[in-house]
This record gives sequence, structure tokens and C-alpha cells, in this order.
Amino acid sequence: MTYIKPRFRHPELPKNKIGYAKADYEGAISTLCAGCGHDSISGAIVQACYELSIEPHRLAKLSGIGCSSKTPTYFLSNSHGFNTVHGRMPSIATGAYLANRELIYLGVSGDGDSASIGMGQFVHAVRRNVNMVYIVMNNGCYGLTKGQHSATADLGAQSKTGSVNPFPSIDLVGLALELGATFVGRSFSGDKTQLVPLIKAAMSHPGFALLDVISPCVTFNNQSKSTKSYDYVRAHLEATATIDFVPHKEEIRVDYHPGHSASVELHDGSVIQLHKLAPHWDPTDRNSAVTRLQESKIKGEILTGLLYIDPESQGLHDLEQTVPQALNTLQEEDLNPGAKLLDEINESFR
Amino acid sequence: MKPTNIKDPEYFHKVVDCQYACPAHTPVPEYIRLIAAERYTEAYMVNWESNVFPGILGRTCDRPCEPACRRGRIEEEPVAICRLKRVAADNKGEVRSLMPAVPKEKNGKKIALIGGGPASLTVARDLAPLGYEIHLYDDQKAGGGMMRSQIPAFRLPESVLAEEVDYVLDMGVHTHLNTFVSSMKDMLEKDYDAIFVGTGAPRGGDLPKLPGRWDTKENIHLGIEWLASVAFGHTTKIGKKVLVLGGGNTAMDCCRTARRLGGEQVTVVVRSPFRDMKASPWEIEDAQREDIPILNNMPPKKFVVENGKLKGIVFEKVAAIYDEKGKRTLIPTGEPDVFLEADDVLIAIGQDNAFPWIERDLGIKFGNWDLPVVDKITFQSTLDRVFFGGDAAFGPKNIITAVAHGHQAAISIDLFCRGESVYNRPAPMTNLVSQKMGIHEWAYDSPVVIDARYLVPHVDKQLALKDRTMEVELGFDQPTGFKEAQRCLNCDVQTVFNTSRCIECDACVDICPTSCITFTTNDEEAELRQHLSAPAHNTTQDLYVSEDLPTGRVMIKDEDVCLHCGLCAERCPTAAWDMQKYLYQVTKAAPIWNNSML
Ligand SMILES: Cc1cc2nc3c(=O)[nH]c(=O)nc-3n(C[C@H](O)[C@H](O)[C@H](O)COP(=O)(O)OP(=O)(O)OC[C@H]3O[C@@H](n4cnc5c(N)ncnc54)[C@H](O)[C@@H]3O)c2cc1C
Ligand SMILES: Cc1ncc(C[n+]2csc(CCOP(=O)(O)OP(=O)(O)O)c2C)c(N)n1
Ligand code: SF4
Ligand code: SF4
Ligand code: SF4
Ligand SMILES: [Mg+2]
Repeated sequence: MTYIKPRFRHPELPKNKIGYAKADYEGAISTLCAGCGHDSISGAIVQACYELSIEPHRLAKLSGIGCSSKTPTYFLSNSHGFNTVHGRMPSIATGAYLANRELIYLGVSGDGDSASIGMGQFVHAVRRNVNMVYIVMNNGCYGLTKGQHSATADLGAQSKTGSVNPFPSIDLVGLALELGATFVGRSFSGDKTQLVPLIKAAMSHPGFALLDVISPCVTFNNQSKSTKSYDYVRAHLEATATIDFVPHKEEIRVDYHPGHSASVELHDGSVIQLHKLAPHWDPTDRNSAVTRLQESKIKGEILTGLLYIDPESQGLHDLEQTVPQALNTLQEEDLNPGAKLLDEINESFR
Repeated sequence: MKPTNIKDPEYFHKVVDCQYACPAHTPVPEYIRLIAAERYTEAYMVNWESNVFPGILGRTCDRPCEPACRRGRIEEEPVAICRLKRVAADNKGEVRSLMPAVPKEKNGKKIALIGGGPASLTVARDLAPLGYEIHLYDDQKAGGGMMRSQIPAFRLPESVLAEEVDYVLDMGVHTHLNTFVSSMKDMLEKDYDAIFVGTGAPRGGDLPKLPGRWDTKENIHLGIEWLASVAFGHTTKIGKKVLVLGGGNTAMDCCRTARRLGGEQVTVVVRSPFRDMKASPWEIEDAQREDIPILNNMPPKKFVVENGKLKGIVFEKVAAIYDEKGKRTLIPTGEPDVFLEADDVLIAIGQDNAFPWIERDLGIKFGNWDLPVVDKITFQSTLDRVFFGGDAAFGPKNIITAVAHGHQAAISIDLFCRGESVYNRPAPMTNLVSQKMGIHEWAYDSPVVIDARYLVPHVDKQLALKDRTMEVELGFDQPTGFKEAQRCLNCDVQTVFNTSRCIECDACVDICPTSCITFTTNDEEAELRQHLSAPAHNTTQDLYVSEDLPTGRVMIKDEDVCLHCGLCAERCPTAAWDMQKYLYQVTKAAPIWNNSML
């Protein structure tokens, strides 16, 4: 029997500001396992891009290798895409962003792709503040190669085959905070009410935005002794705050209660609204985020939500003070200073 | 909202839009799949069990199922359900051996059926296998009622009619044809245990007060009388210029018949606007295709008769005004009246019941419009051994409604004759079976593709107009029938949700092409309908609500535009969704179903 997704859509499907329906942001039918958390994240990406009225041709999706890295095929089929070798997506993304700063860059990776083979690449993209959203679909294992423990598997977690992980885990969120990341969030594939506004906020952030999204591998890591299963994650979730993303030019309706709520304005005028704030935590204070993260870890909680944002963030191009124009559009005449100016420059080095 | 009770037989029945809309609740998707599988005989029998006249209805049914068809809500046009029924009838093999046997040994009860239309014939079919001795009275020379006297042969060939009427009459029914029953009192005095009245609505509407109406006897005819006279061969010609008054299906049959009997300029004149015409859109199209103009907003003012000879009719010009409640008034526009010439006029403005032969002192009560007082569920009259059904019970409807009445009346008659309460209605027969066969593999063709409705070919117009018995529609050939059958969405294959299995992974929500599924906190229905994955404005369609899930939310599925594609079940890792075929059958007085049919 064939396996196709019918082309019929709900006849009353609404359109966004630029006239696209949510279906216009979909991709090919997924070939991942039924129930894979990654598919839900794809769904959240589709939803976020639809709600942000992103023109599909203005977005580039990049990924490495893994089930997670396959997902760009399953969303935004009208956008640009680059599927790199294992763990090399951050470098390709950095290069692409340097060449053309006008696109929105959406990197999708796995915990294996980022925290093992790609770790060396990942950390540099963070510290260079490459202007991109970097989603790690974190299932604590190498799903594509049948579920071996990954570097984000918790100490003592048991794999489906029964092996107990003897090593401490790498927490990508903690690492990113340490490396000076300007936007750090964590979420859960099974919680779109949190994930969608987080993705929207990340897409509006000028700089590197890490979203570590716990995403259960139903096939190899959803058993009872896993700490990345649907049940375990749901039972241990703890959020820094509930999050609302209000795009610029939209009226802000929700009341603002100091102490319980906070709102962070982004450079483009959009606003992140946070409610039910965790105590002693300020989204713009890196130290409070680090402390809060440690406290949760000790209590065995999985801390989700927006953890830290630097509203003053400047992306790599600004740090490098490049011209505002996309570099790949510069012509010879833009780049050639002319004999006279070149002589002067050379003269200055004498 | 409360969790949906899927054990209620009506819940999933309602999801099968076509079957639910069908007065006889024919299992439509079931027979359509059989057609796609080229199992025409079985497809025919599924129909026959339910509607008794598949070949007739496959050509003439009013098809309330089609406007209800889900395909019409997601694509332009519904599945051609009616014409597929005909495909089954046209291509079937031997069927008599699949029909229930009639016992030689009778049960000692005698039933009289007055009128030989579809209602009475259905009662006969349902009671004969139980051993009842059945006597059918009709004033025509053959059975079939208005299917024979009214529906023209170019829509329903005599051979198709005779075949299906005979399947019933051959079940040992004693026929008393050419017999008009002129006294109910006499009938009650005979030794019948129960009497069923299926005499239809035989009186054609007239315009008795219109000036000039009685100035000539010759050329002004009542539509239904004239059609009967044509059907029985008494009338074979008509004048060149014919005016047909009325906007219903009778008017359409009259005008098309007139074209075949020599009418060259046949015009239909309707007093109200087109949009209020009662005729089915396809009947109107067929008339227009035969070069018959339809003029609207023109009520007749007077017949013009000179020297005893009909000249034509004068019409007034009006416009329709509707008030807020949609009530219509026709207001004269002040334009000059219009005179239209006519050699003959056919008045086709409705039909009434008439029971001059039922004495009013027998205990059979009559209410409004001289209609008998009949129980809507049992079809029993106020005299306990007299039952009514078909057009005779609640006024003129159509064949399939008459059949549905017949089934229920047969149940009542059987209960009554066995001394049981007629309110002891049997529950419907239902069956729910998983269709899963493997990964991506279902026992039905689950993929849904965009495909517009196929058109039924017609015979050449010039040929058709020469012969009133030549059938106009040719029916689908087998390959087209297959393609049309594949448009069916299999709405009887239900999405069945098992709350205890769901791990709330959202896979079904993400895959569903038509955004039917939502996981959310529970609320009042009106509130929920606003906040689902897609707006759920069609309140005629239910929301399927699960029990509470571990996160405290519920699963809500809007049944409205579900494609029954099965993707939710394919993407669910825990088989919390399953696709299960729901067979719903109205229980009949006698078991007609034969399992070798499927
Ligand atoms: C012109 C026309 C076209 C139609 N086309 C369609 C169509 O395409 N599709 C559709 O679904 N429906 C159609 N109908 C309606 C349909 O024919 C009727 O609704 C249906 O036949 C009603 O069935 P019935 O069993 O109630 O009685 P009927 O079919 O009306 O049968 C009643 C029978 O009882 C006989 N009878 C009446 N009184 C007595 C008596 N006292 N003694 C003995 N016999 C008696 C009558 O002569 C008749 O034969 C049409 C009707 C008309 C008028
Ligand atoms: C250079 C290289 N080394 C190893 C592999 C084998 N390999 C494929 S996917 C994968 C791990 C993927 O894990 P992760 O990124 O967590 O993705 P998941 O499948 O879990 O979503 C590995 C080791 C490879 N494809 N290429
Ligand atoms: S193996 Fe795991 S990660 Fe890969 S598709 Fe299947 S469930 Fe998802
Ligand atoms: S069968 Fe399931 S996936 Fe398909 S339309 Fe219906 S609810 Fe959606
Ligand atoms: S796919 Fe199955 S388990 Fe997942 S949310 Fe839907 S019903 Fe529940
Ligand atoms: Mg992984």
C-alpha cells in the first residue's frame, strides 16, 4: 500500500499576513519512526514560521547527520537547504551567514551531531555569535545508528539494550551559557505551547540562539530507565516561566506584574513576555540562569523555557563590522579600491 | 465536554454522512468498495438488503446522500453515489439465489397491502420470508406504483422496473391488480390480521380558480394524470407548443416527455424565482439540455380560450421579496403581462393525498391536510391493525423514503401479529473491525487523491427525443465506475481512539492533513470549537472527545473534514488510533442479509 499524505487541507485554514497557509510551510511526509519527538519539533517549526509570516525563500535550513538532521526534508520545502556531513553544520552555517547575511539561518542538529562529532564546530559557532537559530533535537542517543548512548545521555541512564551509561552528560545549555551564548533556551518536543514561542523568539534574536529540545526517540530511548522518555521528561519538567512572543507592531495585551512577570524587548521591536517567573531568576542575568540551572540539576528537574537572553546581542557581522550589504552581492567595483587608494594603503604599511 | 460514547450506535453512524442522510441508511461506502473490487453482485445485494430497488434507485433516487457526502466539503462535488448504485445493478451476476427463501409452510397470518408502490413492496419483501401470506391490491395493471405510472421510461426503463418489482412479487405475493380498493370498511371485514396502506399521493394539484380553466376540456392536463396516461400508452401525442406550469420534478418529467411526443416548443413557466424551484438541479439540467427554456417569476393569470379552443396563457410578472425570516412574497413588478401561446398545457404544481375510500367512522383518525394520524416511529394508525407508509403517510416524498417507511412498518406489523408492543423496536446491527494489516497497510484503499467527479455519458439527443422509452443516461462503464468509486473517502472506516494507549507525542496532530486533531484542556463545546487546530464551524458534525489524558488534557477530533486517510493511525507509535470499519444496518423484520454476500 502506498504511503502518501493527501493534498487536501482544511478548507477554512487561515492565511498569515503574507497570504500563506500553514500547509505552505510543510515538507515531504516524514520517514522517521511513528511517534518520534523530532516530528513534533518539525511541526513546531512549521507553526512558528507560519505565525511569523516568514517568506520561505528567505530562510535557509542546515543540518548534519542523524534522524534529527533528516528533518529539514519534512518542513519548509520551499526554503533553501544544506545537509552537511556529520557534525559540520556549524561551519557551513557560519560560512553561509558570512556570505549572505540577509537570510534567516535555521540549524537543526542532534545530540550526537552536536555534542560528539560536531562539538568542536558547535562551540565556535556559539562564541562567534553566528546569527542563527540552532535547534538540537536531543534524545540522549544516536537514533539513526540504533540508539547508542550519546554524550547528552545522563549518568546511569539505561539504553534499550540494557547498557548503563558510565559517563556524566554534557549539558549543552550549561556549556552555551559558559561560552557566552546570547540566547539560550530549553524545551520539550511534547510541549508546543512553549516550543513555538521559543522558536519565534529565537528567530527574532540577532545572534546565536540555542534551543536544546528534549525529543524522545520512541524506538530506542523511550524505555522505563531512560531519562529522555516521554514519561520521564513529563514527570521532571520545570519551567523558568511561561513564554509569549509578541511580534513588533502588535499590541501587547497581557498585564505585566513585576516580580511575577518580565518582558524583554528585542532589537526589532518584538517582545518576549514571561509569566510565572521562577524565583531568583532574571532572563537577562547570565549568573542567575547558571545558578537556576544548577539548582534544578541538583533537584533532578529538567529546567525548560527561556534561560537567558542578551538583549544587546550583536551578531557576527556587527562584531566584524562588515558592510551592511550581503557579501555575496558585492561586485568587483565594490571590492577594488582603485590604484590610487591601494597605493595609499600600501604606503601606510611602509 | 463529556467523553464521547462510541458505544452509542448512532455516533459512528453519523460519521458516515451519506449513510446517515439516506432514509433507509444504505451502507454506502461498503457497496462502493465492493464496486471498486469489481464485486458487483455483492454490491448489489448490500443495496438490495437495504433499499430493495438498487437498479431503480441507481437511476431515479432523490439522493439525499450526495449533498451530505464529505467529499463535497473538501472538494467541489460529492461522490456520484447514486450512479455507482446503478453500476452495481448493471454489472451484477445472478442474484436470486442470494435472496432469502420464502417458507412453503406459512405462519398463519394474512396481511393486505393497499397500493403497489415501493412502500408496499418493501413491506412485502420484509414479511414474506417470515411466512406471512401477503395480498397486494393496486388499481394499475402492474406493480410499482408511481415508479411505473409517473417516472418516464427514458429515466427508468420498464425492464429495470419490472425486474426489481418481480423479485418481490415472486416471493409468493398474491396480487390483486386492476383492483381499486373503494372501501376500507370492506377490507377490514376480510380476514386480514393487519392492513398496510401504501396508496401514495395520487391527486395532482390543479388551478381550479384560474379564469378560463374550465372553458375547454381538451388541452389542459394534470401533469401526473397525463404522465400515467403516457406511461400506459393511452396518450401518444401532444401539440407542438406546450406550456408546463410548475417548478418541481413532475414539471421536469412533463416537459421532457412532451418533447418526445411531438412538442417542438416546450416551455416551463415557474411562478417563483429559479432558486426556489423544487426540482433537483440535475433534472433541471437535463431539461435544459433538451432545449426546454424555463421562465421564472411568472404566475399564470388566465387561460385564453377562443371558441372552445385553447390559445395560451397570460402571465403576470413578479419579483420575490424575502423578509428577515426568509419568508417569500411575490410582488408584481408592474411590467406588462406576457401572453404565451400553447396548444397544450400541463399543470404540474404539486400532489396531494386523497383518501375518499377510507370511511371516517372506522377509528382511523385524520388530521391536517386530510392526512391520517400516523405514529412516526411505528407507522401505526389510530386503528391498531392499520398501518400507513410511503407518500400516503406524511405526504409526497420519494422512493427511498417510501422504502424506509416500509421497513419500519414491516417490523411493526410483525410485532403486532406476534402480540408484542410495536414500540419494541430492534436495535440496529453494528460491527466494528480493525482494518490494520501491516505497516502502511490497511484492508481498504486509504490514500486520498484529488479527483473531480466523473460525468455520466448521455445518449445522442436527437435519438433520445425520437423515442420516449430510450434511456437518456448510459451509466458509467466499469473503468469509470472504478475511478468514481475510488473518490469515496471510506467514511465508515472510523478513527477509533484508545485513551489509555496515548503517550501524547503529537504525531497524529502533526500528520493530519486536514488538521482534525487537537490535544487541549477540556472546555465547553462552543469554546472548544474556536480553539482547535482548525476552526470547527460545522456544528452538524460532532467533536470526538477522549477521556482525560495523563497531562490532564483531552484529545479532540473534529469529525467534519476527516479524510479517513488513516495517517493518524499510521503515525501513532502505540496504536492509540486504529482504523476500524463500522458496519451499521437497520434491522429488518426478517433477516435479509446473507453472509455469503460479503
Ligand atoms: C412525475 C413524478 C416523478 C417522480 N420521480 C421520482 C424520482 O425520480 N425519484 C424518486 O425517488 N421519486 C420520484 N417521485 C416520487 C415517487 O414516485 C413517490 O414518492 C413514490 O412512488 C411513493 O411510493 P408509495 O409506495 O408511497 O406509493 P406510490 O408509488 O404512489 O404507489 C401507490 C399505488 O397505489 C395505487 N392506489 C392508490 N389508491 C389506491 C386504491 N384505493 N386502491 C388500489 N390502489 C390504489 C396507486 O395507483 C399507485 O399505483 C416522482 C413522482 C412523480 C409524480
Ligand atoms: C563521519 C561520520 N561518523 C559516523 C557516522 C554514523 N552516524 C550516523 S548518525 C550518527 C549519530 C546521530 O546521532 P544524533 O545526532 O543524536 O541524531 P539522532 O539520530 O539521534 O536524531 C552517527 C554516529 C556518520 N554518518 N558519519
Ligand atoms: S530511531 Fe529514534 S530518533 Fe530516529 S526516527 Fe526513530 S524514534 Fe526518531
Ligand atoms: S484519518 Fe486521521 S490523519 Fe486522516 S484526516 Fe482523519 S484524523 Fe486526520
Ligand atoms: S500519535 Fe498516538 S500516542 Fe501520539 S498523541 Fe496521537 S494518539 Fe497519542
Ligand atoms: Mg540523538
